[in-house]
Amino acid sequence: MRQFLLFILIIIVGFTFLGRLFYLQIYSFNTQSLYEDNAIRKVYDYPKRGFVYDRNGTLLVGNQPSYDVMVIPREVKPLDTLEFCSLLKISKEQFIKTFNKAYHYSPRLPYVFIPHLSKEDYAVLQEKMRKYEGFYIQKRLLRDYQTDVGANVLGFIAEVTPSQIDRSPYYKMGDLIGKQGVELSYEEELRGVKGIKFIQKDRFNRDIGPYKEGKFDTLPKQGKDITISIDSKLQEYGELLMQHKRGGIVAIEPSSGEILALVSAPSYNPNLLVGRKRSRNYTKLYNDSINLPLIDKSLLRVHEPGSPFKSLVALTALQEGVLNTQTSISCSGVYRYGRRGTMGCHCGGGTRSLNLGIAKSCNSYFANAFRKTIDKYDNASHAMDIWSGHIKSFGLGQYLGTDLPIGKKGNIPDGAYYDKWYPDFNWGATTIISNAIGQGEVQVTPMHLANMTAAIANRGYYYTPHIIKNIEGQEIDKKFTTKHETSIDQIHFEPVVQGLFDVYNKGTAHFLQVPGIEICGKTGTAENFTIIDSVRTQLTDHSIFIAFAPKDNPKIALAVFVENGYFGARFAGRIASLMIEKYLKDEISRKDLEHWILTHSLENEYAKPYSGQPFKINAQSQYQIIDLPKNSETESQSITIPPK
Amino acid sequence: MRQTDRYFKFDWITIVLFLLLVGFGWMNILSASHIGESIDYFDFSQPYGKQLIFILLTFLLIILLLSIEAKFYERFSSIIYLIGLLSLVGLFLFGKNVNGATSWYGIGGMTIQPSEFAKAATALAVAKYISDMNTDIKSFKDQIRLCIIIALPAILVLLQNDAGSTLVYGSFFFVLYREGLPRIYLSIIVILGLISMAALKFGSLITIASTSVLIFTFHFLRKKRPSIIQPIAMLLAAMIITFGVNFFYQKILQPHQQDRISLWLRLEKDPEKIEQMRRDILYNLYESEKAISAGGFKGKGFLEGTRTTGKFVPEQHTDYIFSTVGEEWGFLGSALVVIVFVLLLLRILRLAELQKSQFSRVYGYSVASILFFHFMINIGMVMGLIPTIGIPLPFFSYGGSGLWGFTILLFIFIKLDSNRINEW
Repeated sequence: MRQFLLFILIIIVGFTFLGRLFYLQIYSFNTQSLYEDNAIRKVYDYPKRGFVYDRNGTLLVGNQPSYDVMVIPREVKPLDTLEFCSLLKISKEQFIKTFNKAYHYSPRLPYVFIPHLSKEDYAVLQEKMRKYEGFYIQKRLLRDYQTDVGANVLGFIAEVTPSQIDRSPYYKMGDLIGKQGVELSYEEELRGVKGIKFIQKDRFNRDIGPYKEGKFDTLPKQGKDITISIDSKLQEYGELLMQHKRGGIVAIEPSSGEILALVSAPSYNPNLLVGRKRSRNYTKLYNDSINLPLIDKSLLRVHEPGSPFKSLVALTALQEGVLNTQTSISCSGVYRYGRRGTMGCHCGGGTRSLNLGIAKSCNSYFANAFRKTIDKYDNASHAMDIWSGHIKSFGLGQYLGTDLPIGKKGNIPDGAYYDKWYPDFNWGATTIISNAIGQGEVQVTPMHLANMTAAIANRGYYYTPHIIKNIEGQEIDKKFTTKHETSIDQIHFEPVVQGLFDVYNKGTAHFLQVPGIEICGKTGTAENFTIIDSVRTQLTDHSIFIAFAPKDNPKIALAVFVENGYFGARFAGRIASLMIEKYLKDEISRKDLEHWILTHSLENEYAKPYSGQPFKINAQSQYQIIDLPKNSETESQSITIPPK
Repeated sequence: MRQTDRYFKFDWITIVLFLLLVGFGWMNILSASHIGESIDYFDFSQPYGKQLIFILLTFLLIILLLSIEAKFYERFSSIIYLIGLLSLVGLFLFGKNVNGATSWYGIGGMTIQPSEFAKAATALAVAKYISDMNTDIKSFKDQIRLCIIIALPAILVLLQNDAGSTLVYGSFFFVLYREGLPRIYLSIIVILGLISMAALKFGSLITIASTSVLIFTFHFLRKKRPSIIQPIAMLLAAMIITFGVNFFYQKILQPHQQDRISLWLRLEKDPEKIEQMRRDILYNLYESEKAISAGGFKGKGFLEGTRTTGKFVPEQHTDYIFSTVGEEWGFLGSALVVIVFVLLLLRILRLAELQKSQFSRVYGYSVASILFFHFMINIGMVMGLIPTIGIPLPFFSYGGSGLWGFTILLFIFIKLDSNRINEW
């Protein structure tokens, strides 16, 4: 027995060790790639971020070098502070304060001592830098905006957030990433791929040389230049017209789905988010909860479409065969339905055919058409499904799938939607008659409206709207070159297009004609409400307009949405005409329209709900006349906050 | 007997296992100590270069050890032992202080650590004394004498501030027990260990309470009940041990030793605090565990360990050499090292049992015990299973004295073993 004590102990210890090894190396082993190994320092080499050009080849976004003075507090030797401070243009107190801050952060790690030196300061400082041990200059590339407009489209870059780092291991703390607009959509193309050097460290965190003599090191891959479909001149003009107004303009080339202009007002000058004052400006923009300059209204502002929607109601009725081009009704200025239901009409009254119905925007005509469409089927819910199917084939009530990082779904109600509202299924065409004139439960964004207009302009199909035109010799995504057919037969479009043409010819927008261009359009006026001190209060109607031109082979289709601009032709219609002329002719013949738009402000209208005073709306409201802006460029970047 | 058999009388299994360990050990020293990408194997300013020389000299030493007549070791064991003691005493006069321990002689550019050789000398003396016709291990007088033989070098080593090497002399207990030391000693050691650990882990009160329950249950369950004095005496002893251990832990141990034990017994409950302690106090252990863990199943490959290359584990080429194996050779390599060690120990044990002469058997048993102690403590420490005790891993760790000490220890036995047949 005595012989076995040591024997057994040896065996036990052997197995214990194997067990412990198993625990350490297999059970609690976490794959340690070179990237995670903290014995290896990773040094990144950042590539040039790709440039952004507009459709005409104008450079919109480039890069500019920026020089930061860095400090490693432990390595700083006594220095001539006075001279150093005068070179940096700071006071001695500021020097001491920043230095202490850096020391507190970490004595061993680099800290940004002075960010974003100007080129001149850099040139002077660079020569003397060797005198100041522990300080060095680090070069970074910042965005350089060659334009003052299109901030909502171009977006901006900023440091990655921790959650983004978690999602993509490519990013490291302090990296820059696209946060909005095309900078976000085309982040991967624009950023390129950073190069990496692996450096072996010792336990004191000192570098002891390249890891494996640089076998795994990579070179940076430059970011790709992209061309976006925006016409920067049109964009700039659109932003000029939208000054002192809120809302958005979306212009699309119908034959390709390319977005020509995407205006959101109020916006900001993209240069505000570059350089030394970036964070202060960003906070200011971010906190502006009234103007919401960082929100793209043309993509995110959900509203009722109003009368432009009537063209879809007409198309649906034609497709369902409940309407033909000859169908006409007599409008008495009010549409009566059911026992007590009435719907007002502003068309002036008289006999209304399809053509005149559109041209004069007759509510009665489309209420009738919608009712017939729904009543064609025995079951209202089923009918509504069919109706909403037709409407949705124009891209409404869903995410359009554009290559812009944001968007809204909007709403196109179907049968189930109302079944839920009326659980006893006791509803019919008249219950939901408001949908006929683009009010009620129909909700869209300006982008939806523009796409719908493009589909009508194309007589029955559209391409998914997109902002990208070209990525350095790379084909753009196939989904942007795929035709989406609507469920309406092509023959039904001609009479409707004719009606839209007559809107300009003899209808609600006759005073907006532009000589030499055949424009088709449709006005829209949407009632809207807000809640002031828990009272539902009506505000001045939104001014909405859709248009495309020329009538045949259209080159541009657009939707204009001006908040509280009253009737469609007043603000939105004028802007639409001007935009079309600008794009097609590059110069403005209707100077009167331009002058009117530039001298009329809606700021007073927007201030009303915040004033705390009772106010008048719509026709009783007064115009606010302002001076013509002297220099459009300086004006467009000012952020004005209405008085509270 | 034919002429060729002469070469086969040595136990080649042991020799092959020894060569495996030395060779693999040197590869890991190379990993742990090389600087930069280029390796000059004969750069004698570097540990791996020096170790290469030590290994080459080891072969001369082996030839010498094997060519000496086996009887020599038995006859001269007392003298060897005395020389060993003298070399330890001499340290007080001529010793060189390295890292707080006066364990080295400086001769030219080289240093020699006599405590590494004293183990073999002690093993010879113990074997000689036990195998003496007049010795009766069951007599108290002989037990005391044996104790003195073992304690003398142990105390000398302790006085040079080398606590780790002192502990190794505890391994002779296995030898004495094998040769007939009464079983009561084993029981005392086991009980002492259990009570000490319980006292630290659960506190005095719980320990004494549960001990008394155990003692009295056992007492009343016995058919032939002895006097009640016996369990009471046992209880008193347990109480003294309990309080003694706590006193020893709190008053006599130095703070860093306290921390090692407190971490080992998980006396601290808060996991974050434990992690913090591990990082601060047991930096070596923390890094070595991380290095081993980083190896995974297959390891990072020879010379590929980033923690090894970055010298993250201090003393990695000496006491912490096993962490290099862990990082670069993974579970496969580490397990192989453990298995080779176990095989070597079992082989020596088996050979010892086969010996006809008591001297050879006791000596063989001593070799196995000493190597086992080193193996258990070193690898256990590197993997965080036992508190930090700095002793080298035999044949693996960097150091000429250590390598030669263990080689002498092992090859004297191989020579004695080869003589087994001749005596027939």
